[in-house]
Amino acid sequence: MKEPVIVFDGVTKTYPYYGYITAGLKMFLFNLPEAINHTKKSFTALREISFEVCGGECFGVVGNNGAGKSTLLGLAAGALKPDKGTIEIKGRVSPLLELGAGFHPELTGRENIVLNGVLLGMTRKRVVRKMDEIIGFSELEEFIDQPLRTYSSGMVTRLGFSVIAHLDPEILLVDEVLAVGDINFQKKCMDKIMGFRANGVTMVLVSHSLDQVQRLCDRAMWIDHHEIRAIGEPAAVCQAYQGG
Amino acid sequence: MDALVQNFSYYKDLVLVLTAKEIKVKYKNSLLGYVWSVLNPLCLAVVFYFAFKFVMKVPVENFTLFLISGLFPWQWFSTSVNASITALLGNASLVKKVSFPRYFIPLATVLNDTFHFVVSLPIVFGFVVFYKVHLTAAWVYGIPLLMVSQFFMTYGCALAVSALNLFFRDLERLVMIGLTVLFYMTPIIYDMSLVPEGFRQYFLLNPLFGIIEGWHSLFLRGHVDWGLYLVSLLQSLVIFGVGFALFKKLSWKFAEVL
Repeated sequence: MKEPVIVFDGVTKTYPYYGYITAGLKMFLFNLPEAINHTKKSFTALREISFEVCGGECFGVVGNNGAGKSTLLGLAAGALKPDKGTIEIKGRVSPLLELGAGFHPELTGRENIVLNGVLLGMTRKRVVRKMDEIIGFSELEEFIDQPLRTYSSGMVTRLGFSVIAHLDPEILLVDEVLAVGDINFQKKCMDKIMGFRANGVTMVLVSHSLDQVQRLCDRAMWIDHHEIRAIGEPAAVCQAYQGG
Repeated sequence: MDALVQNFSYYKDLVLVLTAKEIKVKYKNSLLGYVWSVLNPLCLAVVFYFAFKFVMKVPVENFTLFLISGLFPWQWFSTSVNASITALLGNASLVKKVSFPRYFIPLATVLNDTFHFVVSLPIVFGFVVFYKVHLTAAWVYGIPLLMVSQFFMTYGCALAVSALNLFFRDLERLVMIGLTVLFYMTPIIYDMSLVPEGFRQYFLLNPLFGIIEGWHSLFLRGHVDWGLYLVSLLQSLVIFGVGFALFKKLSWKFAEVL
């Protein structure tokens, strides 16, 4: 058994209701008593979650919308802090954004590669060194020095995945980004993900495609109503999810 | 220790690309990016000259240079604070998913305007030379010193505004009003000698007062007013400290409210 690299131990995450506050200072002050009351109440996104992911493992997470999957990834990435319980992460975490998030439409493809690469955890030098490889992978050589606003949405996602494909992750958090572009490019992406797997990258994969989870993952977890319902063999977990 | 060095060089890259993005975007929208960044304070100077010198005959010597030396630093401060309102909102997807120190986002905003301030300094030099005010040795250390003070002041405000605006989304309007009030409460379009004597000490409550007066004294009289500088530096550091602490305290909530 390999060493666990992601350990969630009794993790609970709640969100206060911020509705009254984010509606603005005016709303807040004019409805002060209600607003204060409202903020004290909170919404539980994850309750008492405990699981481990071992080094080199591909771990799938399935569940309905709003079950708490994205919160789980946010916690693993370190963007959120749990209210209760502990999270232990060993290694460099690369969270995959929605493809193209963090891109700027006014910058060229090349400039966006540098920006995105650094935001995702590479040093500038490394991105520059990998530039040709990234551009080659994206098959966007002709357009790479054009501003991103002239790209089609398919081209933007292709560029986004190309940057990700050349990260050097230890732990990869993937949130629904595997269906990208045309059939050929999808195959290329899948090969790359398989390549990460073969190289021993730990992956946490949130997906609605049960087929994908069964094909890629070593283990899977089903989250329902903010709690773990099943954890174990992908086939069994997916079956339980479909049945439940 | 090794990890620390590695982190530092990564963070340096991060700040660099974020700032470069801001600068490139500003310049890309038009080839005349540079012109735009100096046109605004220059236009303001013309308008204020017309209103206060030509029409109202304010008795301030060298009024053009006086306006120029106050308006350029003001532009740096006000555009930074303005841009920081939406800095975090505009980078929502990053804040939600990536864990890097969030204070780099408003930092990039402020550094962008710092860059614009630096490249617009030759215009100020031009005016100084044109009006035959002496360039003195004090400029060599005066400019960086004043910039340090103004940077901390601006960054402190930017941190506070960008963090609070996530929670109170209508803060923007208040900031606009606040900036207008601050502009007229700072001796940018009038000289301190015109302010009634009994009222002058209250200006020290305005953290921009020391900085703007510092720029005046450097550009118009060619020396650094040390007493005032130290007061302004202290005020700037306090504002930075408060802004930073507030930002730090709220930053765990950012991903929740976005």
